[in-house]
This record gives sequence, C-alpha cells and structure tokens, in this order.
Amino acid sequence: MAEQLGELERIAIVPALNEEETVGRVIGEIRAFDPGFDIVVVDDGSTDRTAGVAADRGAHVLRLPFNLGIGGAMQTGFRFAFEHGYDIAVQIDGDGQHDPQQLSKILAPVLSGEADLCVGSRFTGDGAYRSTFARRVGIKIFAGVVSAVVRQKVTDTTSGFRAVNRRGIALFAADYPHDYPEVEATVMLVKHKLRLQEVPVEMRERGGGASSITAVRSVYYMTKVLLAIFVGLFRRYAVPFEEEHR
Amino acid sequence: MTPLPVSIAAAVASFLLLVVVFELIRSRRLRERYALLWLLTGVVLLALSLWRGGLNTIAGWFGVETYPPAILGAIGALFILVVLLHYSTVISRLSDQNTILAQRLALLEQRVREG
Repeated sequence: MAEQLGELERIAIVPALNEEETVGRVIGEIRAFDPGFDIVVVDDGSTDRTAGVAADRGAHVLRLPFNLGIGGAMQTGFRFAFEHGYDIAVQIDGDGQHDPQQLSKILAPVLSGEADLCVGSRFTGDGAYRSTFARRVGIKIFAGVVSAVVRQKVTDTTSGFRAVNRRGIALFAADYPHDYPEVEATVMLVKHKLRLQEVPVEMRERGGGASSITAVRSVYYMTKVLLAIFVGLFRRYAVPFEEEHR
Repeated sequence: MTPLPVSIAAAVASFLLLVVVFELIRSRRLRERYALLWLLTGVVLLALSLWRGGLNTIAGWFGVETYPPAILGAIGALFILVVLLHYSTVISRLSDQNTILAQRLALLEQRVREG
C-alpha cells in the first residue's frame, strides 16, 4: 500500500459537526495509518471546539459559517481537494465510527484503477452491525433500489467511508447532492459512467455526537432520496472530463 | 355528487401540477426538499378528483350536502396555506444565513485590507 500511495497527493476529508471529543483522535489515527495524508476537517457549523481541536492537531480546517448539512460539507471538502490538485480523497466521519486502520481496504480498488469510487460496506463482510428493525428495512430498500438502478450489487448505500480518485473528486466538486447525499452520490457517479466498487469493512460504534438521522426524519429521508433517484432516471448525464470543471 | 366535468377538470389540473413539478426537479430548477409538499398536494388533489365517491363521503362528514367540490377547493386551499407557511420558514432561515454571510464577508474584507 505504502509504495502504491507513494507519489500520489492524498487527502482525508473529515466532515464534523460538534465532534470535539472524537475529531482529534480521528486525525491522529489517520496520521498513524499514513503520515502522507493531508487532512481537511470541514466544520459544518459546530458550536463546540471542533474547529479548534482540529487546527491544534495540524489539520486544515474549513469552517462553514452555518450548518449546510453533510452534503454541502462534503462538497466543500471535494472542492478543496479539487482546487489543490489532490489525486485521491477519502471520506472519514469525524465521530470516530470509521476506523482509519481500514483505509487500505477502500483504497486498494482505487489505487489499482479498478474503481473510481470505493465504498466501505458494513454488510458484505464480517463486521457485526446492530440496528433497529425500521433502519434495517430502510437499508434493504435502498440497497435493492440502488442495485437495480446501477445494475450492480450494492449493500451499504449510506456508508460515508469512501475513497475516490481524481475523476471522482472532479465530479463531486462540481455536483454533489444536498441533504442526505451518499445514496444519490453513488447513483450519480455510476450515471456519469464512473466505476463503483464496494468492499467489506468493520465499523465501530459512534464515539460521540448523535446520528444525523432521527426516527422522525427517516420517512422524509426515504421519500426525498427515492424521489431524487426516480427523477434522476430521467436526466441525461454528461460523461465528465477533469478539465471541464476548472 | 360532484358534476363530472368538475371532476375531470380538477383531475387534469392536479395532474398538470404533478407534471410541472416533476419537470422542474428534473431540470434542476426545484430541489427535491422543496418539491415534496407540492407533490403531496398534487397527489391528494388528484386522488380526490378521481375518487368521486370518497369526496362525497368526506363532504358528508362536514355536512356539505349540496356541492361536494367545495371540499376539493377547501383541501387545496389548506395545502397552499401549508406550503406558504413552509416557505416563510425557509425565507426566514435564508435571511438569517444571508446576514451571517454578509457579516463574515465584512470581517474578512477588513482582514484582507488591513492585514
């Protein structure tokens, strides 16, 4: 892994909202995995010391003036990665649920050129994942719909543990879904003829903060994302070239 | 019972609403999150236009015996009220964010000028 990464400019994008307890540890763990990773923490309107902690640990910090939601925060990170010419970007949540030790798993298919986006899935492998019944049903519905639309088996559509190459960075810098982006971003990527791969990973319990999706919001979430996927079927997609987005 | 031409006109109108909203989303002039209420409005109005017996029953609940389509108008007005109220909250949020942006820009300009 180390020699494959060697020359590549690589960045870890860490979206964080009120994650002062965990973001420092996440930064340390990314460095421990590979000191060559630049780290940009996108502080999505935190009211605690998230930005300060991240800056103290030497990460780049982008402080959004107010909460944009995970989609707007991630796109900020992709724009940063695009403008600074990074070759590879990984997304790791600031709450500590993603284990940077597992980065090699999601990086491998991107480095070997098999995939433009690689998603770490909680479900294809041995990582034990507990969840409520309603959430499991929702996850199954998304997996079924997305698999059908992209004509490829997808098990974990909402995973935010991802690696993308330059083409993926360019696409997401130019266009990224707003509210609950992971599912739509996956579909959009395949519609743009970029290649998607999923690999099994283990995830940890969240270290701090709360899930962005409460029970009340999940119905809205499902409806909104399914609507977006449905309407997306009727859009025409240009196959992007990197320079086009400059 | 609702006169048939009224049912047809109402069904066509609500169907057109759905088509327009769909096209606005598709051409990316309307975000999904702001379209959901419009779609719900269109679906409910379309259902009540086509399901004439149902509209009759609902009109009965409210003691409207003479002209059931009045209920259609009332439900339409209710939905429009909800959409407008929703937009008022959206405008309030946008206006707050706009204030924050202007303030941040002023601070940043000051720093660039004097820094």
